[in-house]
Amino acid sequence: MPSETGSSTVLEFDRVSFRVPDGPALVSELTLSVSEGESLMLLGRSGSGKTTTLRLINRLLDPSEGEVRVKGVATTAWDVIRLRRSIGYVIQEVGLFPHLDVERNIGMIPTLEKWERERVSGRVRELLELVGLAPDEFACRFPHELSGGQRQRVGVARALAADPPILLLDEPFGALDQITRIEMQQQFRQLQQRLRKTVVFVTHDIREAFLLGSRIALLEGGRLVANGTPEELRGSEHPEARIFLSSLNA
Amino acid sequence: MELIRFFLERRGEVLSLSLEHLVLVVASTLMAALIAVPLGIVATRRARLGRWILGLANVVQTIPSLALIGFLIPLPILGGIGARTAMVVLVFYALLPIVRNTYTGITGVDPAIRQAALGMGLTDRQLLMRVELPLALPVIFAGLRVATVVSVGVATIAAYIGAGGLGSLIFRGINMLDNRLILAGAIPAALMALGADWGLGRVQRRLTPAGLRTERGSS
Ligand SMILES: Nc1ncnc2c1ncn2[C@@H]1O[C@H](COP(=O)(O)OP(=O)(O)OP(=O)(O)O)[C@@H](O)[C@H]1O
Ligand SMILES: [Mg+2]
Repeated sequence: MPSETGSSTVLEFDRVSFRVPDGPALVSELTLSVSEGESLMLLGRSGSGKTTTLRLINRLLDPSEGEVRVKGVATTAWDVIRLRRSIGYVIQEVGLFPHLDVERNIGMIPTLEKWERERVSGRVRELLELVGLAPDEFACRFPHELSGGQRQRVGVARALAADPPILLLDEPFGALDQITRIEMQQQFRQLQQRLRKTVVFVTHDIREAFLLGSRIALLEGGRLVANGTPEELRGSEHPEARIFLSSLNA
Repeated sequence: MELIRFFLERRGEVLSLSLEHLVLVVASTLMAALIAVPLGIVATRRARLGRWILGLANVVQTIPSLALIGFLIPLPILGGIGARTAMVVLVFYALLPIVRNTYTGITGVDPAIRQAALGMGLTDRQLLMRVELPLALPVIFAGLRVATVVSVGVATIAAYIGAGGLGSLIFRGINMLDNRLILAGAIPAALMALGADWGLGRVQRRLTPAGLRTERGSS
């Protein structure tokens, strides 16, 4: 496996386009890089290509043009299973396994990686604590016995299970009420200060982007229209950026 | 009253023919499942092949069972007179519901769940064994249930080629113009179909994961 340490760039998009056969480009000419330990927020309105961009990273999609590199190696050159297991992924719809309890949902990848049973259940308890769920109460519950917010916490815990260095989160707090959302954002901030993962976080909420991101990439119609620190974004003249910024004071 | 006495006098024969019938149905349905579940799985993995498999299974279903028996009688190995040919016919008819339900059960799994599983790095095999099949199991089992009930009926015709079972009472009744004999074969067969439907329905409900029970418990 690649173990290049010279640069701290973990993720790179190199003039990446993605289109469905005979269709328009969903992502066009995307060039972007994410350094180790950075939290990149992918901001954009609905349909701007955020989810598509995430899926190009863990190779649920292959670029039509250009190259996505993870740790310096093109995703198409990686063993796809190894690539995906080194990347935690929380999908927009959470997607917990309905036939498995919380413990086995979170423990899926460690179990497949042949961890011993005690180590798996120890890890599950640790992660449940980390995301603010009492292990004794929640480990044996099934997804349908959880609230929406609890499900999303379990989704985050599951993505962290095998301690992947990279984390992809697709609107992980999307379906929550305002109060719970703010609470989860605060907890995620603390979590990230502790874990220092390389994070790509999708959101359509500029407040969330400002709160959680060290850098923000703004997408419009599959194109990158702004890319910088929150401060740099505030100064952007791009119309789409202005629209998002104006919603801050609304 | 008379009919009941008639039944009681022949209860030994009715019972042993019922047992023969049951063995034929169970053996053929299990054999069909062994063929149909893998076929259904393959159909979900290869779209082109899948269309062929499902189409072919559909065509088989439209051949009248007597005609199929007629085709089989002159054939070597699969055909001829007797229980073996009957088994072949029964397996054929049981294939479609199981293939189709295996296919729809797997393709009906919420795409979000599949995305999550693939995204976290399950191999296709792990996806199938740990996620898709457990979630599709109630639907697959529903197919097995339909196949069993259909087989109970088709198996009565198998007596025509000497496979035994309750059909032999019915055919004898037809030849001797004796309605009581016909009923002595038809009533136990109907009860067997109802019993299989009810019993397998209960098992099916137990196989449904708790979280899915309200959304798609039966189908
Ligand atoms: N398989 C597909 N075939 C054709 N078009 C697609 C496909 N998947 C997505 N799209 C389109 O691509 C565009 C980008 O989709 P994407 O899911 O990346 O948006 P998004 O930014 O994640 O939106 P949201 O915030 O609503 O989740 C949308 O216009 C969508 O309709
Ligand atoms: Mg999306």
